[in-house]
Amino acid sequence: MKLKTRYSLTGVGFILPFLVGFAMLYLVPFVWSVQKTFTAGAGGARFVGLWNYTDLFHSAAFRLAAGNTLRFIGVGVPLLMALSFLLALALYRKFRGASFFRSAFLLPMVLPVAAVVTVVQAFFGDGGLLVRLLDSLGLPLGSWMDSELAFPLLIGLYIWKNCGYNMILFLAGLSAIPKDYADAAACEGASAGYILRHITLPMMVPNFFFVFVISVINAFKSFREAYLLGGSMPHESIYMLQHFMNNNFQNLNYPRLCTAALLIFSVIFLLVLLLFRVKRKGEVT
Amino acid sequence: MRKRTSVTKGIGLFLLAAIALGPMLYTFINSFSGSTAYGLLPTTWSLQGWKEVFWNRPHYLAKFWNSLGLAVVIALGQTLLSCLAGYGFSRFSFRGKEALFFLVILLMMMPYQVTLVSNYLMLDQLGLVGSRWALILPAVFSPFGVFLLRQVFDTCPNDILEAARLDGAGNFRILFGILVPRCRAGVISLGILSFIDAWNMVEQPIVYLRSEYDYPLSVFLTRMNGQSIGVLCTCGVLAALPVVLLFLYYDQELTEGVTLTQL
Repeated sequence: MKLKTRYSLTGVGFILPFLVGFAMLYLVPFVWSVQKTFTAGAGGARFVGLWNYTDLFHSAAFRLAAGNTLRFIGVGVPLLMALSFLLALALYRKFRGASFFRSAFLLPMVLPVAAVVTVVQAFFGDGGLLVRLLDSLGLPLGSWMDSELAFPLLIGLYIWKNCGYNMILFLAGLSAIPKDYADAAACEGASAGYILRHITLPMMVPNFFFVFVISVINAFKSFREAYLLGGSMPHESIYMLQHFMNNNFQNLNYPRLCTAALLIFSVIFLLVLLLFRVKRKGEVT
Repeated sequence: MRKRTSVTKGIGLFLLAAIALGPMLYTFINSFSGSTAYGLLPTTWSLQGWKEVFWNRPHYLAKFWNSLGLAVVIALGQTLLSCLAGYGFSRFSFRGKEALFFLVILLMMMPYQVTLVSNYLMLDQLGLVGSRWALILPAVFSPFGVFLLRQVFDTCPNDILEAARLDGAGNFRILFGILVPRCRAGVISLGILSFIDAWNMVEQPIVYLRSEYDYPLSVFLTRMNGQSIGVLCTCGVLAALPVVLLFLYYDQELTEGVTLTQL
């Protein structure tokens, strides 16, 4: 018993350096920010109840940003997951060159957006290659970043960037499935499609859900491309939540910033709780 | 039938790989461009871009080394702190441990749109907004590394560590003499992932820094209007260089690291 308490304190001691900074930079100010959502004025002088929340929901800029972000997730995440799962299936069985493809698909994840922006401009910007090509085919679309096409372009970049990452996560999920199940089914004469539908996919549910949550979180990072290509006021169709937050950082509207952050937090929090539930279920069965 | 599907599969994979690798190749090739309009290949070739960036305008290179130093500090700091905390979480039990670890996971999952606000409030309170510390501190104390290294350390069997303990090794000896070398791939992958994250940061500088002059390479690059194609693409190559080199060298570790982020 004595030994155990000593051990406990040592454990806390190892965590302490991290914990001090983590508490100071993440936990404590998070509590402040929750308090700030109920106040107004400089330094949070007045208590205003839920006024900040109603104000936020009435703000046209926030509605545009939230709507665009939701639309982006709704369109981008399913496409991304479908493509990366197909890639994982294609690369799951070992063949010569499989590791080359795996690395090739992972490369976009590590590249800085700044290095890619030039290429995007070269193809989709004013006088870009693809723009000129479409123009000569009788499709004068102009620069993609300044029109409705900014949205599909951003979706494309999101998939391009995250596909390899998701593929690796799917590959890990696939290789965690015991081979015996599929082998036994194959012995009984099951087709490859049948095995995929009735054995592989059901066993991948927790993995799928994890990849889903990660994809949603990474969708928030697409702001980088949107910002570096379009600046702080891009085409309306790609005005994202981070643009909204940024512009409020510029005019230091803390209550509004905190309220928006807390709303995003709540949504992600629910997703993470659900993730844990799905995972536990997967472990029980 | 079987043969035909594998041929289509091969062609499909090659096309997708070309799309994945294309932008980097395109940037590299066009860094030798002397043309004024974009083409698939440069119409005139020249070394002007490289000469400009590496010789005529030393501030590009200065920016490069500054950003590199920043990312290295962040990666080393985060890896060290995470080794310590990961060891604490993995090998000890104390009250509230799992609750605390849940907080670590929860905040790790939060997008920047959430954590930037909290971080900013504290940095502002400390008077650090506008300084390099505003970029370094939140990144060093970010919860991701602790999560990853706990996952990594949990895979190491306990009896090896117990044997060392019986031989009289202290905690630091056990951690840095046995656990870290045994889990080398995992620790390296954390270092790389955190370097990549720091090298590529965009959200933090534009919120925390006041002067565009202080922006690291990851944001600064896109502010260069009116440069020639050669210069722009050479800068693109420069920006991608550290991460591409790391990627080529530590490909395996990186894949393992990504696999380990699985909850």
